[in-house]
Amino acid sequence: MSLPSMIIKLTLGFLWCIIHLAISLLSLCSLLIFNLECCLISSGLLWKYWNLQLAKLKYLAIVVDSREAKNTVKINQLLCWLKTLGVKYVCLYDIDGVLKKLFEPGMDGSRDNKPGDYLDVSANTKALGCCQRQMTIECISGSDGKEGIAKAANLLCSTFLNGDSYTQENVKSEENIKSEPVFTETDMANALKSIGCAGPEPDLLLVYGPARCHLGFPTWRLRYTEIMHMGPLKSMKYGALVKAFHNFSKKYQNYGK
Amino acid sequence: MLDSLISHDPKVLNEKKPDEIIATGVVESLKNFLRKCIIAVLSYGPMPKHIAFIMDGNRRYAKSRSIKQGTGHSVGFSALMASLIYCYEMGVKYITVYAFSIDNFKRDPSEVQTLMELMEEKINELLENKNVINKVNCKINFWGNLDMLPEPVRLAAHKLMASTAENTGLVFSVCMPYNSTSEIANAVTELCKERRGTMQGQQHAGGCNGRAANGGARSDISVADLDRHMYTAGCPDPDIVIRTSGETRLSNFLLWQTTFSHLQSPDPLWPEFSWRHLVWAILQYQRAYPYIEQNKALVKKQL
Repeated sequence: MSLPSMIIKLTLGFLWCIIHLAISLLSLCSLLIFNLECCLISSGLLWKYWNLQLAKLKYLAIVVDSREAKNTVKINQLLCWLKTLGVKYVCLYDIDGVLKKLFEPGMDGSRDNKPGDYLDVSANTKALGCCQRQMTIECISGSDGKEGIAKAANLLCSTFLNGDSYTQENVKSEENIKSEPVFTETDMANALKSIGCAGPEPDLLLVYGPARCHLGFPTWRLRYTEIMHMGPLKSMKYGALVKAFHNFSKKYQNYGK
Repeated sequence: MLDSLISHDPKVLNEKKPDEIIATGVVESLKNFLRKCIIAVLSYGPMPKHIAFIMDGNRRYAKSRSIKQGTGHSVGFSALMASLIYCYEMGVKYITVYAFSIDNFKRDPSEVQTLMELMEEKINELLENKNVINKVNCKINFWGNLDMLPEPVRLAAHKLMASTAENTGLVFSVCMPYNSTSEIANAVTELCKERRGTMQGQQHAGGCNGRAANGGARSDISVADLDRHMYTAGCPDPDIVIRTSGETRLSNFLLWQTTFSHLQSPDPLWPEFSWRHLVWAILQYQRAYPYIEQNKALVKKQL
């Protein structure tokens, strides 16, 4: 590389770093203001957050970065906060299935020693009951996403092809009507249900991680879900949850109309 | 060239004096130079190869300016052409836009009619005046259930796709009418047809013993099999998905392809989306890039 082009490249690199440093400083200021707001919300000083309307929030989903999902203290704290806020159904997702393994011991049908604390509901869900408020928790992972769709596709195809083979073997040639496979979204949804990869579509999905990515959350359950980024799990705030729910309550969807 | 793409308010187009024209030309040249410098600095970091846009806010734009809804969509189209050129200048190779959802057919029939007529008009304009396409050597795809479109629009779309099929520059994909779950169902259908064809071929090759051919191992459908039959086959997953107007949902857009896409919801309405918003979007992507790449690498490792 010639000297002038090296100088240009270094200059560009320097300017690029300056720009990103400036953005980082701006983000830091914005984060400080946000943290202050969260403290004010938590202490009840901001009146507009006093009466949270959660009627629209029937199903909540949480996407957590798999490395952060190992922080069981934070996960349990988050679940307690959600329970306190009156959330009835939470779907926890991380791409590697860390959360599934975390909650697995409580999922198999055995009751906890403390009655009313953990009750099994179905294969992937359990009910967390505390302080008279019941909350259902579902845990899913990347294997319920694209891989689940592949399994559903396999079910549909093999059912069709087996039926096709039977027709060709057992029906007289002049009666053998060659039907083309045509699978609809409803067929896929039913197939997903058959293999246990269906579930309610969350109204709101909160992403805990460094970036706003849904990390492969199941497609059929993400179509019209509001997706909000909450930042890293390690720095989660109760006030941020309240603010997210408040912002969600203001949302209006026309579903394409 | 951008001026020819962006609608001009007739009130603004007055006769200019020569000095004003020169001054305007100098200002434009300076702006272009500054833009190129900023792009050069930006390009020092990781640049997205594929950006997807959910062009939300045309109707709200029209309402806020007390103009017709159809005009809002027209201005939105101009913003789209401008964004196409800006992305090309920044080295973005793939652009995908959510032009019309299958759910949008539920809208008022007169609005749907207006939108279809606008699409037909703009596609025909692109067919007749290929300045933009030739400038960026653009290959245009139309992804979606094209059979749902009125015949003139469908024919125009097929004609435009055919006329740009050999181009090797920017890949511009227009999703209309589209939704992600329909795309997946279509991929499963196509895959099933492919497997059926393979089975029938094996049966013919194997002779009369159909049972023996069918009893041969038929592998389970994999994620990679479905990837091959998506509309987006051959196209990398989006690095950024931008939905304008501050809305935070994906509305059934590219849900299969956006596992590791950086989702952004800038506040401006789509007709207001401009170069500086695109620069900001790329800067945000560059900040998230290390995390996104780390996650992609982890998933690849596990596979």
